[in-house]
Amino acid sequence: MHGVSAMLQIRFHGRGGQGVVTAAEMLSVAAFHQGRHAQAFPSFGSERTGAPVVAFCRISDREIRLREPILAPDVLIVQDPTLLHQVDVFQGLQADGHVLINSKRSVGALGLADMAARFRQERLRTVPATEIALKHLGRPLPNAVLLGGIAALSGLVSLDAVAHAINATFSGKVAAANVAAASEAFDHVRQELEGLAHAQAD
Amino acid sequence: MLKQIEGSHAVAEAVALCRPDVVCAYPISPQTHIVEGLGELVKNGRLSPCEFINVESEFAAMSVAIGSSATGARTYTATASQGLLFMVEAVYNASGLGLPIVMTVANRAIGAPINIWNDHSDSMSQRDCGWIQLFAESNQEALDLHIQAFKLAEELSMPVMVCMDGFILTHTFERVDMPAQADVDAFLPPYEPRQVLDPAEPVSIGAMVGPEAFMEVRYLAHAKQLSALDVIPRIAAEFQQRFGRASGGLVRGYRTEGADTVVVALGSVIGTLKDTIDAMREAGVRIGVLGIQSFRPFPLAAVRAALQGAQRVVVLEKSFSVGLGGVVSTDVRLALSGLQLHGCTVVAGLGGRAITQASLQRVLAEAIAGTLPALSFLDLDWRIVNRQLEREASMRRSGPIAENLLRDVGTIASKVA
Repeated sequence: MHGVSAMLQIRFHGRGGQGVVTAAEMLSVAAFHQGRHAQAFPSFGSERTGAPVVAFCRISDREIRLREPILAPDVLIVQDPTLLHQVDVFQGLQADGHVLINSKRSVGALGLADMAARFRQERLRTVPATEIALKHLGRPLPNAVLLGGIAALSGLVSLDAVAHAINATFSGKVAAANVAAASEAFDHVRQELEGLAHAQAD
Repeated sequence: MLKQIEGSHAVAEAVALCRPDVVCAYPISPQTHIVEGLGELVKNGRLSPCEFINVESEFAAMSVAIGSSATGARTYTATASQGLLFMVEAVYNASGLGLPIVMTVANRAIGAPINIWNDHSDSMSQRDCGWIQLFAESNQEALDLHIQAFKLAEELSMPVMVCMDGFILTHTFERVDMPAQADVDAFLPPYEPRQVLDPAEPVSIGAMVGPEAFMEVRYLAHAKQLSALDVIPRIAAEFQQRFGRASGGLVRGYRTEGADTVVVALGSVIGTLKDTIDAMREAGVRIGVLGIQSFRPFPLAAVRAALQGAQRVVVLEKSFSVGLGGVVSTDVRLALSGLQLHGCTVVAGLGGRAITQASLQRVLAEAIAGTLPALSFLDLDWRIVNRQLEREASMRRSGPIAENLLRDVGTIASKVA
């Protein structure tokens, strides 16, 4: 998606209890697994269940020295769509950035028509991560699921690397269920992107 | 072995590689994950033999560390912020008795107002306590410094504080190269104490010393810290020889050759400064950064040697002496005695305020243009400062300052950073 030497900056928005920080950490582990440098860190608040939480991840082919919060993300992952009209999640987003929102509704149905007009539709997608998580995990934890989705949307990391990171973070049935859920999200996003590509080709 | 792990866990694993006999600690953010990690390693048997002692406070943690170290046990603890303040009396005793305890300080602000975020106020409040104080720039350096710290502490019979930025390092996942146990064993010999409490050969430790010898005991501590100015670089060189990377030492310059302006800093902000300096160098500005890895002993000669070719020195520090200004700056000024240099202190990042490249570039450009005051505060919100000053001028019962300022700021939940 970018030149190999560029540093990619990913920002995660969610709520306390949704595994926002763990998502950023797992993405860094996935990137590391692919031989890259990665840095993941939370927004350092005193976290409370349900409160807005931000976490960050940088990926680069060189050592990452910068330690400021990510102000101009290349990729945005929104784990909870109820944040969209409470927090300025799009703050600083690069014009050619990628956005993945956890929702079973479309971007337009989420009241993001302005965003949809400015961004190419293959870069601004939703995925029903909570529903996929409930199906596989029995719990509404969308974090690992969205990593599968973002792997398909942005090519930031491979699905294999996401599975590796999930297995490095969880074990047993929980790990297996998260890998299955991430794979389903990956397929969901990839099929939608293929549908778009065909529609454009027609 | 390369690993992608949290800074706290990297430090826990590095401490475990040093085979401590006793770990005693009380949890406090942002240090907690370090001792939790060590607790797990003791419980699952990977760190054995080692006694993990749960204590009821930080004062107890340092007191237990003193007792354990005095019996000849390699001893480790960790703390931060209010926790460090709570153990202060025992902190002074540990150094006064010459006990080579190693302690991580996960740097955090001191209240009030209560604040869990990073700055250097906590360890700076203990700069005169007689402990060696080392500062880490990255998680790699943090873990490396712990391995060096045990060797340094035990060689000198003097406690060592390894300071790493709370949250910014402790809670960050990044790549670290974890040494092999065999290499650490070869680098760090078993602890051979100068003094031991042993029932078989009874001695007492901790005598009361009156005016006849107290100053001499203090002088000996100073002489020992001065000798650390030789030992620290030697240990860093031995470390580099065995592990293949430069970590620790007294000071480390980055692009300081031919620099007109040198920024002096401690800890993780050096990373952000390096990126900032690369960008400014590309724009033709002759600027570099000098990182201070050893704050106590303070390397006066090394700092002077590194700065004397510059025209301008900017000390960027996460600490602040109310009523004076910079803390690090005062020491840097002493190192530069007699030299004609422009000097500025920039207090930055207090209580976790983000230090951004954009703000650094702006303030450094002002320093170079000669428009930066001798003391300034990076990204200070004058709007809320002035509003409070007006409030206090206009009424007697102006109320609690922290609450007033929070009301003036409004909700921060909608802010990203």
